[in-house]
Amino acid sequence: MSVTTSPLLQGSLKARLRRAERVQRLRAIGLVAPLFIFILITFVVPIIILMTRSVDNPEVAENLPLTMAALSDWDATTLPDEAVFAALVEDLKTAQASRNTGLVGKRLNYEISGARSKLLQAGRAAEKMTAGPYKEQFLELDDLWGKVETWQVIQRAGEKITSFYLLKSLDLQRGVDGAIVQVSPDQRLFVDVFIRTLGISTMVTVATLLLGFPLAYILATLPVRHSNLLMIFVLLPFWTSLLVRTTAWVVVLQTEGPINDLLLWTGLTDERLQLIFSRFGTIVAMTHIQLPFTLLPIYSVMKTISPNYVRAARSLGSGPFHAFWTIYFPQTMPGIAAGCLLTFILCLGYYITPALVGGPTDQMISYFVALYTNRELNWGQASALGGILLLATLVLYAVYNRLVGIDKMKLG
Amino acid sequence: MMGLPPYASPLERLWRLTLILLCAMVLLFLITPIIAIMPLSFNVEPYFTYPMPGLSLRWYEDFFTDARWLDALKSSFFIALCATALSMVFGTLAALGLSRANFPQRALVMAFLISPMIVPVVITAVGMYFFFANLGLNNTYFGIILAHTALATPFVVITVTATLIGFDQSLIRAGASLGASPLTVFHKVTFPLILPGMISGALFAFITSFDEVVVVLFIASPDQRTLPRQMFSGIREQLSPTIAAAATMLVITAALMLVTVELLRRRSERLRGTSS
Repeated sequence: MSVTTSPLLQGSLKARLRRAERVQRLRAIGLVAPLFIFILITFVVPIIILMTRSVDNPEVAENLPLTMAALSDWDATTLPDEAVFAALVEDLKTAQASRNTGLVGKRLNYEISGARSKLLQAGRAAEKMTAGPYKEQFLELDDLWGKVETWQVIQRAGEKITSFYLLKSLDLQRGVDGAIVQVSPDQRLFVDVFIRTLGISTMVTVATLLLGFPLAYILATLPVRHSNLLMIFVLLPFWTSLLVRTTAWVVVLQTEGPINDLLLWTGLTDERLQLIFSRFGTIVAMTHIQLPFTLLPIYSVMKTISPNYVRAARSLGSGPFHAFWTIYFPQTMPGIAAGCLLTFILCLGYYITPALVGGPTDQMISYFVALYTNRELNWGQASALGGILLLATLVLYAVYNRLVGIDKMKLG
Repeated sequence: MMGLPPYASPLERLWRLTLILLCAMVLLFLITPIIAIMPLSFNVEPYFTYPMPGLSLRWYEDFFTDARWLDALKSSFFIALCATALSMVFGTLAALGLSRANFPQRALVMAFLISPMIVPVVITAVGMYFFFANLGLNNTYFGIILAHTALATPFVVITVTATLIGFDQSLIRAGASLGASPLTVFHKVTFPLILPGMISGALFAFITSFDEVVVVLFIASPDQRTLPRQMFSGIREQLSPTIAAAATMLVITAALMLVTVELLRRRSERLRGTSS
């Protein structure tokens, strides 16, 4: 074969190479595609549904369509006229037949307490109403119907898309004139819960760092024989079921449990302390569960730090602590960032451990998402709270990706 | 033995000793609660307190004769095995694709595939509860298996990708140039090298599904009661030593898995010559 190649052959070689690379790339994409599609359908679609639920507002719009139409040219400052009340009677009759009055009542109840029973009462009354004027009959029924505010709420609740749940998640609401204002102090709840969630997560992250950093340092600087053995102590809890670890803490922290026994025996306290169902218990149990997540990234960074740097510093006259602080510690920063960020992100979503070890005032935001889904059946509120939590998590996840890189994540 | 250089001053030695003592306490903190629960499963009395008046195996007997615990154990095994098998297929294929050279938007795709591990599980659970209700998948084994597969696959992707990082792609080309079909190359070259990562990934996937309780709380009915679900309601309602018996067995399972993964990791490091 001749060494000099004609331009024609060279071109075709390039084209063939490019084609081969394209095939390779398509094959790689083809390998990833099944999982990509699977995650898209079983994970992303549910989350998108959750997000839409947080602004979805069908109850009033679907069940009181005539009333909503009649309210469309209402001035929103005086009591609506007879036409609106007549429309409401028609709507309520339909709603009674399809048993949806309760649904509308429940929705209005989120904004006016007691509205549900009054709407049910109105529904029953509307079934019996045959002739107008309906306005008078309603005003006689209950003073709820005589308040302009009620109708403003109905009008707002009739919008198909609402910011009500999202605002409520931040303890905000639409005021009389539509401006965003804080809800009354006795109804404020969620801002506290968000602050509590951030507070507990921060405390747990700091605790895991304070306990994990020295341990990682010792493990990284001990001879491999010893450190491998000690590593089992770190990894066994990591592999043990979260529920088992939580159960263990329930047992250990209970009033008749070993810690209280020990405290009494040593005479540190005279009476048994309330350790379980407390903030203290929640933080201790969460720290226990998260410690390996903070420790492992720090440990693997420390393993790569050559002892020569500190040796050099020492030989140049630096003291042991100074050398550690100025030479060694800065090099561990990537590990600290990775570990703490991961722990903080995971802490934000804690549900099971606070639910079992914490008291009523130690519940984090996930608990309320579950509560509003299962007990209160207020799915809009659950979704709005979940949406805000998700947003916070994703922002931190993006930071994590930027700083650490998800492919650097190590398990065990 | 303390890992100190010979020129260390007495103050430094003292400090190092303090540090080691401190670390011993942290290790105790990590391990004690898990150990503390185990003897209680042998308590003759139905209490969760020390000292124990006597030893017995009655709670283990209770576990293995109570239909609720046994059904829960069976459900858990069935769901976890199915979810593991599915996530092995999806996860290994994806990891192989991701580790090909110049995969487009690799970091972004990887972050997307790992996200089920990061998103708070309550959000996933509620979303799936809404979505599966439309499809009639709530209160079915199939629904739980799908959900657990989504949660478990990131672990497989991470572990298999990690084994592939040191993987020499020219081995594949060498195999191909010697006339092997892509399938043969996978079978004879790639598979044996990534096997340790796959087994670790499978164990992680299995334990993720086997431990999972939040999604089950939302999308399962009592008919699909799993072991963690049974423990969860047990802790909430009445703390019985049967839970301690179950917990003890789970800790032993975890220990066995940990040892397996550690041995595999060392084998893999030896094979690839990256042992430190």
